[in-house]
Amino acid sequence: MIQPHRSHTLFLAFLLHRISGLLLALFLPIHFWVLSLTLTAPNEFDSMLAWSDNSFVKLAEFVLVFLLAVHIFGGLRLIALELLDWNSGQKTAAASAVAIAVFVSGIFLLRAI
Amino acid sequence: MQSETVKMNVSVWRGNRRDGGYLSYKVPMEDNQTILDVVTWIQHNEDPTLSYRFACRVGMCGSCAMMVNGIPRWTCRTHVKKVLKDNAIKVAPLRNLPVIKDLATDMDRFFDNWNKAGGVHHSDQTRNDEIELIDPNKPARKIVDAGIECINCAVCFAACDTVSGNDQYLGPAALNRAWTLVNDEKDADRPGILDLVSGNGGCHNCHSQGSCSEYCPNELDPMVAIAGLKRETMRHLISQGKTDA
Amino acid sequence: MLDARLYFLQRLTALIMAPLVLGHIAVMIYAIQGGLTAAEILNRTAGSIGWAVFYGTFVAAVSIHAAIGVRVIAHETLKIKGAALSLITWISGVVLLLMGARAVFAVFAA
Repeated sequence: MIQPHRSHTLFLAFLLHRISGLLLALFLPIHFWVLSLTLTAPNEFDSMLAWSDNSFVKLAEFVLVFLLAVHIFGGLRLIALELLDWNSGQKTAAASAVAIAVFVSGIFLLRAI
Repeated sequence: MQSETVKMNVSVWRGNRRDGGYLSYKVPMEDNQTILDVVTWIQHNEDPTLSYRFACRVGMCGSCAMMVNGIPRWTCRTHVKKVLKDNAIKVAPLRNLPVIKDLATDMDRFFDNWNKAGGVHHSDQTRNDEIELIDPNKPARKIVDAGIECINCAVCFAACDTVSGNDQYLGPAALNRAWTLVNDEKDADRPGILDLVSGNGGCHNCHSQGSCSEYCPNELDPMVAIAGLKRETMRHLISQGKTDA
Repeated sequence: MLDARLYFLQRLTALIMAPLVLGHIAVMIYAIQGGLTAAEILNRTAGSIGWAVFYGTFVAAVSIHAAIGVRVIAHETLKIKGAALSLITWISGVVLLLMGARAVFAVFAA
């Protein structure tokens, strides 16, 4: 259960930023490894792509696109707060970042399926 | 006919630095009653050994902050009616500070950080100099005004999870104070303050979680003040780099 | 744990990556339709200096950015300090940089 003092918009935005960042950092080595198969083992790379053509993997890819999108739009909000002194409406901005991320990754999912 | 007194269930953290737990008390409800009134009632009527801090009782001194139902609050100005949940209240010492006894915490780290962040006035004038006139409408002065009503209650310090995760971090109050001085025309060592808040535990550790600004009882905005320090320190760093080159 | 220098690097790499991430998302949305094939990916990237620079910059920036992020989590959540913390930061950055460079080289040289 989330502690009472953490139950507010900007903390939840922080939590989302940290979790998405961590998961992306963990995903990157796998991503890089699969791509380098094109050079070392082209057949394995193709079978990897064939494997990715099922709905479970598509859903996982959608989650990854969402994580990337929510991390960048949430991050841009923080940069605007810190470097541009844009400090009004932070809660609205944080919610908008999530909404844009859902929208962008939603388009990805619709095109993927 | 006398109306029957309604009682609420209050659990209060009792113990010292090493061990302790919550004890329950039944406290009669009043029409106008603050959390500090509740704690005082327990000390007067149930257990005189209950330790806690308070002084002014009107939200000026910053002594009486405690965790109330998991949220840091100034107890003298927190009404029972505002926080009562299922007829119960849980009172604990402030987070992120070592407990001395019961509800009283050791606030050394909190106050030491004020000095570490350069939170004293740096003067370059003597008593013989004219008093400088500061235009209250200047943008920099308005930034100072927005941050100077801090009462050192440590609510922000208790609310901040960067403080919990990083024992060198200076915390919201000290950095908010530094930001007011960086904008104070009368302060003679503003670059020095920027250096002090740029170290290991400095403003750059803040993740803008915003709990400080969410719970500050005086509605200050330390998160935005710290963002200001990040911006100014970057400007300082870049201009220093240019002069070094 | 995060001084001005690390903060500066973290934000600088974030700003460098911002347009690259938006471009990457756009490419993903464009490319995913009809499924991915190796030929499709490599047609785009093989021998293309433009894509190599795009993803090369991306890899360099993300290695620094992610290493600093991992450092923060290692300290705040796992309470790691001092030399061990520096080691984790450097290892994260170098591993990501090497693996990323290898991936960019692979799709460029294929």
